Amino acid sequence: MTGEGRVTGSPRRPGGSGGAGGSGSSLQRQTRAGWLFVTPMIVILSLFLILPIGMALWVSVSDWTGRGSPFSSDVGFVGADNYTPLLVEEGLSRQDFMISMRNTFYYVLGVVPLQTVLALTLAVIVNQRFLKGRTFFRTAFYFPSVVSSVAISLVFLFLFTGTGAINQTLGLVGIDGPVWFSDARGLLHLAGDGLGLWSLDSPPDALTGTDVAGLSLWEWLAGPSVAMSAIMLQVVWTTAGTFMLMFIAALQNLSADVEEAAMVDGANRWGVFRYVVIPHLRPAILLVLTLGIIGTWQVFDQMYVMTQGGPAKTTLTPAYLSYQAAFNQQQWGQGAAIAFILFVLIFALTSIQRYVLRDKDESAIRKAAKRQRVAMSNERTGS
Amino acid sequence: MSRKHLRKSHGLGVGLVTALALSACGGGGGFEEGGGEQSSTDGAAKLTMLIASSGDAETAAVEEATKAWADETGNTVTVTVAADMTQELAQGFAGGNPPDLFYMDAARFADNAKNGNLYAYGDKLADSTDFYGSLVDTFTYEDEFYCAPKDFSTLGLQINNDAWKKAGLTDADLPTTWEELTAVSEQLTSGDQVGLGLSTGIDRLGAFVVQDGGWWVSDDASEATGATPEVEDALTYVQDNVDNGNFAFASQLDSGWGGEAFGTGKAAMTIEGNWIKGAVTNDYPDLDYTVAELPAGPTGPGTLLFTQCWGIAADSDAQAQSVELVDYLTTVDQQMAFADAFGVMPSRESAKDQYAQAYPEDAPFIAGAEYGRGPIGAAGMEQVIADLNSKLEDLGGADIPGVLEEYDSNAGSVLGQ
Repeated sequence: MTGEGRVTGSPRRPGGSGGAGGSGSSLQRQTRAGWLFVTPMIVILSLFLILPIGMALWVSVSDWTGRGSPFSSDVGFVGADNYTPLLVEEGLSRQDFMISMRNTFYYVLGVVPLQTVLALTLAVIVNQRFLKGRTFFRTAFYFPSVVSSVAISLVFLFLFTGTGAINQTLGLVGIDGPVWFSDARGLLHLAGDGLGLWSLDSPPDALTGTDVAGLSLWEWLAGPSVAMSAIMLQVVWTTAGTFMLMFIAALQNLSADVEEAAMVDGANRWGVFRYVVIPHLRPAILLVLTLGIIGTWQVFDQMYVMTQGGPAKTTLTPAYLSYQAAFNQQQWGQGAAIAFILFVLIFALTSIQRYVLRDKDESAIRKAAKRQRVAMSNERTGS
Repeated sequence: MSRKHLRKSHGLGVGLVTALALSACGGGGGFEEGGGEQSSTDGAAKLTMLIASSGDAETAAVEEATKAWADETGNTVTVTVAADMTQELAQGFAGGNPPDLFYMDAARFADNAKNGNLYAYGDKLADSTDFYGSLVDTFTYEDEFYCAPKDFSTLGLQINNDAWKKAGLTDADLPTTWEELTAVSEQLTSGDQVGLGLSTGIDRLGAFVVQDGGWWVSDDASEATGATPEVEDALTYVQDNVDNGNFAFASQLDSGWGGEAFGTGKAAMTIEGNWIKGAVTNDYPDLDYTVAELPAGPTGPGTLLFTQCWGIAADSDAQAQSVELVDYLTTVDQQMAFADAFGVMPSRESAKDQYAQAYPEDAPFIAGAEYGRGPIGAAGMEQVIADLNSKLEDLGGADIPGVLEEYDSNAGSVLGQ
């Protein structure tokens, strides 16, 4: 998309449009050449992106059963029939969808801040000019991102078994670790139980009795299950390296002079970090958070390889549910509908997050400039 | 079991999971596909076959058999091994270009029959009279016998001989009732070893339900019958024993399935099918064990049947030849050849004696064919069963009547349609 805009836009450079006869035909030639250059990209994008998205959108409002083309004449339009069981109608579909939303919400809430902070910390550490073996550490931290997530998932399956390395390590310090991937207890439930807020065996009636969208408040407040937490740890560990790279790139853009100037002005190390480095990193943080939110809401590989949604559906995610609905239950319309609801959700969340994290100084300047322009033009028309 | 975890990776974006799958296999002609008209060319055909192989032995045996048939008849057959059967079949159906022949699992059969993916060729088979009745029922949808059962498995009780002797038990103590099962499992429970280790889910618990005269749906699969005393009592029996500590689920024993708990000695007995033979040979070659029939419940013996059939695609253009090949592959001789190669049990009753002679230790599994029950054969139940299984994972603490009532209401809304 961007390629198209850039190239077709370029002939309209100053001088292009204002020219006489001869330059008009050169403009045409340029336009034609521009289209020629972007055609392959347009073809590829429409074939592999726009057409499939259009197809999926159609499937999500059709009664296609997964046999033959979804555009054949015996596939009918059913309107929102694939969406209502997920959002409105009481039943298993809505229950599963809401469970998957709850699971993924806690997953995002845990993973995104953790991976961002960890990536930033690692980046700052390996960016120290006086650190020995910087290249080694950089490679070591980045390594998990290069390895296939399926391979890592298999390794984690073994690490987190009941008698695996993690539990043996915990055992050394006297902690009796859980059987990670078959433990469906929610962390918030456990925390509340530990603090004496409630008991796991007899949850308070006020919470179990109130239903919101097919799930009781007690279930909504479960937090990520122990199994999900193990997956979260894995994901934080694998993705932090990638994001660290982005932070390093941004940090290297910050010249040492600026930091030194701040030092000279009397800032201590924390001050420099807080008031010089962090503001400088704002675009990188925005990028990392955006990519993090998009990536985490779509989590699929780990569930597919490790847990298949279990134990007790606590690692069910919308992406995995969509796959299950389509391929296992042959409910293709519903599978596509889940994907589109997820798309809308991610789009909304990303927009909100971009708005919240926008550069307030810059937008204030822009607004002031606009006010000035409006005022000036009012003045002119008024006079 | 481990195969389940080794399927290939899918790093696809969510919005595109479905979309890409559609486009990836959309090559089967234009957008306007023909309906389900019967189409068979005469003469030699090129057949494609998709199988979910348990290993090299099975692949080689199927390849050999199909090649023999192809050489005899002048057709050609290409056998492909699926990494993820469900998904690859679904892609084939969606693209309008499915394999001609494929393994069709009994649990997925009804959904596929309902969607019109399968060609119902039961009445075109040369000889369909001596398939086990329960298997034919399993592959019958709306009174139509769709596809020939390939082979089958039943559940039996596996007993670790060393643990058995150590507990002072003899052959005379083999449990034949629930009470005796409880008693021996209590005797076998000691230290790190639990009496009976089970995989979770209705694929094992269902056997107890059958032994108690119950089932999850009515005989005509028109209504859910979970909240009945038969089902409830069966689950309560298992729950009591789990709470008592002489039964345990594989996940509680840090095992992936019953066979692993059994092989590692964490359970002295387990309930699995004849596939456990291969697993023990590969993973626990020194294990000395006996197979017995499952103990009978209050209303008599009961076990579960697991089976697959030779599915033929409704969109195949070589259906006549495919049926011929199925005829060839389901002869008694060929089924015995498969049994020798990779240990499956023939689906024809006339092969029973031959098999029992060749594999006397499998007599308890074969006996199960008489009273075994196939999977729930109603369309749209996959999600309902998955939900039930997830609630039964922690049977020890489960509120059984509540779980069954929820199951009935979930299943009711599917079956009512």
